[in-house]
Amino acid sequence: MSVSSINGTRQYLTFQLGEEIFAIDVANVREILEFNSVTRVPKSPEYMRGVINLRGSVVPVFDMRLKFGMDRTERTINTCIVVVEVSYEGEDIIIGALVDSVQEVFELEADQIEPAPKIGTHLRTEFIRGMGKKDETFIIILDIDKVFSIEEITSIQEMGEEKAAATA
Amino acid sequence: MIDNHAQTFIEEAFELLSDLEAALLELEENPSDTELIGRVFRALHTIKGSGAMFGFDNVAQFTHTIETVFDDVREGKLPVTEELVSLTLKARDLIRLMIEAPSDEASLPQDTQTLIDSFRRIADGGNLQQTPTQNPNTDSQAQEASSSPQQRPECTYRIRFSPSADIFLTGTNPLLLIRELQFLGECNVFADLDHIPALDEIDPERCFVSWDIILTTDRGLDAIKDVFIFLDESSTIDITMIDSEDSSLMVKEETKKIGEILVERHDIKSEELVRTLSEKKKIGEILVDKGLVSQAKVEAALIEQEHLKKVKKTPRREEEAASSIRVPAEKLDTLVNLVGELVTVQARLTQMASMLDNPEMVSIAEEVERLTGDLRDNTLNIRMLPIGTTFGRFKRLVRDLSQELGREVEMTTEGAETELDKTVIERLNDPLVHLIRNSIDHGIEPPDVRESVGKPRAGMLHIAARHSGAYVLIEITDDGAGIDKEVIRRKAIEKGLIGPDTELQDKEIFSLIFAPGFSTSEKITNVSGRGVGMDVVKRTIDNLRGSVEISSEKGEGTTVTLKLPLTLAIIEGLLVEIDRQFFILPLTIVQECVELSRADVDKSHGRDIANIRGEIVPYIRLRESFAIEGKRPDIEQIVITEVERNRIGLVVDNVIGEHQTVIKSLGKVYRNIEGVSGATILGDGTVALIMDVAKLTDSAYVTAGLAMAS
Repeated sequence: MSVSSINGTRQYLTFQLGEEIFAIDVANVREILEFNSVTRVPKSPEYMRGVINLRGSVVPVFDMRLKFGMDRTERTINTCIVVVEVSYEGEDIIIGALVDSVQEVFELEADQIEPAPKIGTHLRTEFIRGMGKKDETFIIILDIDKVFSIEEITSIQEMGEEKAAATA
Repeated sequence: MIDNHAQTFIEEAFELLSDLEAALLELEENPSDTELIGRVFRALHTIKGSGAMFGFDNVAQFTHTIETVFDDVREGKLPVTEELVSLTLKARDLIRLMIEAPSDEASLPQDTQTLIDSFRRIADGGNLQQTPTQNPNTDSQAQEASSSPQQRPECTYRIRFSPSADIFLTGTNPLLLIRELQFLGECNVFADLDHIPALDEIDPERCFVSWDIILTTDRGLDAIKDVFIFLDESSTIDITMIDSEDSSLMVKEETKKIGEILVERHDIKSEELVRTLSEKKKIGEILVDKGLVSQAKVEAALIEQEHLKKVKKTPRREEEAASSIRVPAEKLDTLVNLVGELVTVQARLTQMASMLDNPEMVSIAEEVERLTGDLRDNTLNIRMLPIGTTFGRFKRLVRDLSQELGREVEMTTEGAETELDKTVIERLNDPLVHLIRNSIDHGIEPPDVRESVGKPRAGMLHIAARHSGAYVLIEITDDGAGIDKEVIRRKAIEKGLIGPDTELQDKEIFSLIFAPGFSTSEKITNVSGRGVGMDVVKRTIDNLRGSVEISSEKGEGTTVTLKLPLTLAIIEGLLVEIDRQFFILPLTIVQECVELSRADVDKSHGRDIANIRGEIVPYIRLRESFAIEGKRPDIEQIVITEVERNRIGLVVDNVIGEHQTVIKSLGKVYRNIEGVSGATILGDGTVALIMDVAKLTDSAYVTAGLAMAS
């Protein structure tokens, strides 16, 4: 999705990974959980941290830092799981995104959002819907469906398997 | 827009259609069975009737033509021929299509028109030969049907049948006449016994009984009169229409009061009725008290009233007394999910109770545990269906396939009453179809070939289902050519699946058939030989947490055995722990647990093999294959499992105990993960993974094989 497809005022939830601020459309956010324990699923890529029990449903949790090429998320008092609803192979599924901390919900006008820069960020540009600005801080607005898109997950899974095979 | 009623009709129609199919196939074997002809006719009739009612006019119109033909068959005017059965089966498929995809156009598709013509031809041909006078009649009926889909309205008639006392002397049995009426529609019969004399005066050769019959039918007055056509003159028959679906024929719409009915029947006068009505007793009792009518007359009238009420209230169609209720499958799924959650909560309660160390609490927890267990068993039981419904469908498949491939096949089934979870049955359909196709195409030889090797011309195909512990076994046996192990071996070497020198047991050779892209059929037919299929069968059965096994003797035949779990929702599991991570093993595959001490490990010189009472059992260290870090305890546990007759041990830190496991899917994201088939939620809320032991041992064999190869 490009910037042009965003219209009107929308609300965004911001969260922090390391020093950077990211935002996702609140329409995708189901709830925010404390990070307690995650059950690791063997033989899965490292960035898939495992599964949690969300009121009786088993929900996978992804480490956003690992996903975006940073170090593994360490548990602090601020660590949260943002439970998001994403479209995955044409089906809506629930995924938990592990982030360093959740900041706030704020509104952005469509014209306040700039297209993603081609360079200057270590993120893959297709993950980024646009750049917003709040109090002189840049906020990266994520296209959450793309972030968890199937191609991405399988490719990383393959990489994980390759890595496992290489170490074996 | 499809409303609720239409949905009900569709569901009902599908049931009727499968019953129709079954009846037709049986009819083909016993063409003179009138019971079966009746079954076919009734199914067609009901589809037609309710189809018209719910706006499936083209269905009704089309079915009417076939029904007309079967009406003639029922009356013996037409014989049951193979052609007729084939045509009707085709028509059945078309009806199904029409119901599945109702077209907006009222006109019938081209295919149906051809079929209708064929049916007309049959009907005309039969009638011309046997009852030429009937011909124009049938023809005009068919004409009428195609020009107007509207069927005749249903009417309710009161038939007063007072046979003469001498009726038996004419050779007429009044009961047979009444039975004939019952064929016409919903029928209530009341016998008037008022005139029966005392026992010592009874002449057994005379008839003292008369009948009041209330009949709802759409066949018209003439059909009723036809029943009594041979009645002798001194018997009286009085037919009155008392209610009609078509309001233009009837003025009154509401159900009649009993007094009105009695007046109408000339049992009492209306002034008498008005007088009696002013008293506040039940009208029937009063009338009897006053001696105006006999008790029996009132009862007869009451039956009539009941009948009319019923006709008004329920949709007009033949309905059998409901001993079961229809519930949408989603509701059952929700119920199973709720029970699953309850089981989870109960596990938590039990855990809390034992931690609190309060005897009263513990006893409550135990009570809840017992009730939850019962509730779980009952709920899962609701979802169980007999597998026989699927077997019925295969009869058709076998018939069509054997015709297509020029085989003669006799199919027998056994254990149709064996119950399996609804989901399992649904997902089982495709694999079974495939296996049956294989048996007929690859297994059973053409009749001439069979004769030349001294087998009966007709091949035998036997499908059997039976319970075995927590599993259901389904066996598909044929007495065909069997599987040539050498051919498979050659093919497998050719495809690089095995090395040229690999020594394989029979079982392992047969399991090669399940490899993707493996087909030994020389020529590709419409049916099989494309090499897709057996791997799909295997995958589907794996997904159902079942297994497939083949045994075959060249020239003797093949048996494929499917082993399926009874249910998919909740299983008995064994809870184990590795470094504070919890896993569940399906209890059905667990044989025993033994200790593995450091000394044992040292003794086996680095090989992962345990000595269980003299038997050598290889084991897998789950800590290593799951890459779980941490120090392993001095004494570990080996859980000995048996999967597909392979005994293999799984090494864990601790065995915690049995656990009622509600199976949760890990979802699409994790579907490629091997060795884990799902997850469950433990009493304390943490998630435990359910191990897929078959996959684990498979991949262990692969690794071992690779290690040996290098």
